[in-house]
Amino acid sequence: MIAYFSSRGARAAALLALAALAAAPAGAQDTTSRPGVRIGLTYGGAGKPGVAVLSATGIGGDSMTAIIRRDLDYGDRVTIVDVSAGDAVAAALDARAPNYALLARLGVAAVVRPTLTATGVHVALYDVGGSKVAQVRDFPLTPPGLAPDWRLSVHAVADVVEEWITGTRGIAATRVLFVRDGRVHVVDSDGANERAVSERGPALSPAWHPRGHLVAYSTFGPRGTEVVVRDVAGGAPRTLRATPGGLNITPDFSPDGAEVVYAHAEESGADLVAVPVDGGPARRVTVGRGTDNVSPSFSPDGRRIAFTSGRPGHPEVYITDADGTNAELLTPYSFGDQSYRSNPDWSPDGRVIAFQSQLAGRFQVMTISLRDRSVKQLTNEGSNEDPAWAPDSRHLVLASTRGGVKQLWVLDAESGRARQLTRGPASRMPAWSPLLHRMP
Amino acid sequence: MNRSLRLAPLLVLTAAALTACPRRPAATPPAPTVNQDSIDAANRARDSLAALDRARQDSLAALDRARQDSIANAQRLLGEARNAITAAVYFDYDRSEISDEARGILDAKVPLLSANPGLRIRVAGHTDSRGSDEYNLALGQRRAAAAKRYLTQRGIADARVDVISYGEESPAAQGEEESAWSQNRRAEFEIVAGGESIAPAARP
Repeated sequence: MIAYFSSRGARAAALLALAALAAAPAGAQDTTSRPGVRIGLTYGGAGKPGVAVLSATGIGGDSMTAIIRRDLDYGDRVTIVDVSAGDAVAAALDARAPNYALLARLGVAAVVRPTLTATGVHVALYDVGGSKVAQVRDFPLTPPGLAPDWRLSVHAVADVVEEWITGTRGIAATRVLFVRDGRVHVVDSDGANERAVSERGPALSPAWHPRGHLVAYSTFGPRGTEVVVRDVAGGAPRTLRATPGGLNITPDFSPDGAEVVYAHAEESGADLVAVPVDGGPARRVTVGRGTDNVSPSFSPDGRRIAFTSGRPGHPEVYITDADGTNAELLTPYSFGDQSYRSNPDWSPDGRVIAFQSQLAGRFQVMTISLRDRSVKQLTNEGSNEDPAWAPDSRHLVLASTRGGVKQLWVLDAESGRARQLTRGPASRMPAWSPLLHRMP
Repeated sequence: MNRSLRLAPLLVLTAAALTACPRRPAATPPAPTVNQDSIDAANRARDSLAALDRARQDSLAALDRARQDSIANAQRLLGEARNAITAAVYFDYDRSEISDEARGILDAKVPLLSANPGLRIRVAGHTDSRGSDEYNLALGQRRAAAAKRYLTQRGIADARVDVISYGEESPAAQGEEESAWSQNRRAEFEIVAGGESIAPAARP
């Protein structure tokens, strides 16, 4: 991973340095930042700002630095510039007056300097274009003894640093639920800490509560499937609504966390129903009249639900108001098409819905805009299914066979960059958590 | 008795024998009359006893054989009944309609279920691996429900037939080609109660 940084960073640095030498910096402003947070980065040439993260000394310093570097790289908004001991970048910052001119020539737009403290980490951010220290802050870190939570707190620091530099908070302090070997598993956003979280016995279609403290999924019993809810921290799963058999699958929490909508079927087609999170009577959402309606996904304002429906005779994506009225087709098709569209996921910013569409015998992940219904194809290698958006509405996780065995891959919808998230036995049905740890 | 007295009769007989031993043969006494009828009757009785005994053995053996045959026959019939009840039906891609071939297999179950009101079964719907795993759970449910409806429309009580779906989660055959897929698009039937003795179907 460090080798990757150094070859990309060195090339980027060389290019930027050449550009800087050849002409005055174009003065392109970072236009993605929010007012009040922007530090006015200026960087020459096209592309992402170069960011150098200095190594923190002390016990755990190397791990912490590596985590922050990786998180900024995975955010796809900056280019990590490699820094080795004795490097020009480190040297340029050693002096009391950092050599900003040299840093600019090396293609570095911002430098992150973390220093471990007794309770956490002290981070300084140098704005090279502005020739000044832009941010200084002390962050508390969970003690390293509690390993998964320590990593989560470091991720939360990286998310703040990303916001300092780009104006957009990062998504590193998140986790992904998925299904492997019939059990629900969870993994950190960077691929670390992968572990099972449900007991043995087939479990499918996990979903996160919007506050990230509960998960829901469906399990198989002797008389059918049921939707269960459990606390992420542990404890026994609770059946959401006891029905004597039948099909109860594909749960999704409403954005206000009050309800779970899922598909219920007995003997005449599957319809979406809504049940309060703490249990209670079910409210019918779709009236499918014998057709199958599954895989609901709420809009972020909670007013509408996208879902897979077989009502046209083959599966397509539909949208309905949350009370079940005004159901309409979202994915257009021509009569006679052998089309199959399913598994919608509504982006957290409400603007697009990702779904899978059958093309030439395989599935590919597409997005459709709610504004103008334009469709964009995001994948073309292997078979790609089960898209799930990250909280930034830019990255998504999906199950792909592009590497052979079906595994989870994270895709940047903007640049097309893909990275493998899981390895080992086959993985599918991912769900991306909300931010699980935020530095205030 | 003293020795001389015991010897006396022997001496007398020996003397008689010596004095009675003829120098010329005497006339033989007449042989006893052979009663052939009695001998025949005895033989006949003995033969008929043996015959009775053989007949008894034969009929015991025949009874035993008949009993074995009856048991084997009953087991065969029970096996056939079980096979008929648990025979799977198959479906076309993405469909849950009952085909003509499926009809025949389901028709064989109806009289057996009617004749055995204690029998309860569970129908499990399955799909091949194409399509969305989540949507396939609903398709499997639809297939199981279609098979159940065929039976309940022909008089089998609703409460005797459970329905469950496994979607694509439990394939019968592995592989990504039609030879495997066609084996997986199915409804399976399992006896969950009353399967120990199954009475034959009543003759129409």
